[in-house]
Amino acid sequence: MSLLNTLPDYVLTTKTDELLNWMRKSSIWYMLFGLACCAIELMHTGGPRADIERFGATPRASARQSDLMIVAGTLTLKMALRTRLLYDQMPDPKYVISMGSCASCGGLFQLAYSVCDGVDKILPVDVYVPGCPPRPEALTEGLLKLQEKIMTERWLSRGSANREANHEDVTAA
Amino acid sequence: MYLSFGVPLALTVIGIGFVALMFGLQKLLAPNNPYARKLIPYECGEPPTGRAWINFNVRFYLIALIFVVFEVEVAFVYPIAAVYLDWVRNGARIAALSEILIFLLILFVGLAYVWVKHDLEWIKKVPDQELGR
Repeated sequence: MSLLNTLPDYVLTTKTDELLNWMRKSSIWYMLFGLACCAIELMHTGGPRADIERFGATPRASARQSDLMIVAGTLTLKMALRTRLLYDQMPDPKYVISMGSCASCGGLFQLAYSVCDGVDKILPVDVYVPGCPPRPEALTEGLLKLQEKIMTERWLSRGSANREANHEDVTAA
Repeated sequence: MYLSFGVPLALTVIGIGFVALMFGLQKLLAPNNPYARKLIPYECGEPPTGRAWINFNVRFYLIALIFVVFEVEVAFVYPIAAVYLDWVRNGARIAALSEILIFLLILFVGLAYVWVKHDLEWIKKVPDQELGR
């Protein structure tokens, strides 16, 4: 029995939503998932200087434990299938940051025969971080934007457009 | 006399209640959205083939152990290479060189031991006397 999507818009439900969102945004575990040179910046973002961990984001080695997939680098068509599978295997609720030009639109390599020009062709992307590669500060900014987005989500109130709705049909595409 | 069991009883009740509360909250509040692709075994993005419940060849552990020799080598030699010039300028040329050479020698003894014991070969011949025949 789940309370999601079932309750009217009382103060109690919206406050519970806020509490859930606050807990989620304060513990965004991102998947260790580097595809190309952006991965170096991703590692630095987790390192002591940029220290993304002060926002509760810590790297996890398995998709099963991750909330956030940071697509860091050029997405080849061959990798796109794996990326989609990894995304599918993450538990809900899950978020995606498209890091750098390559992940956002193919970047320098968008005309190459082997490159998927944009990770949003296969996944729903929450935040796009521009740059080639983005500096750790930029990725941190992306994470903060994602936290803002998480805080706007509604879970308990009836008819709330939460993220579960559109997963299955994306898989089919 | 029964009163002395009060504290363990209270702790048991609290423990069971806490677990029930956590699982109950999880049932009420967590999104539960299983679908076929989410439930297939996790193989780092690869589509799994065959069953996951198989034996790994025990020789792989030996290879992993031998790898430690080279890993330690890289981990310690590289920092020394980075500061080597400073040491030379400070007049510690012989000390630095002999230190790293001694270190490499110790590691090489490990490698030679493995080599002599035929552990670098994938199929290892076991002498008959070791089997007790």
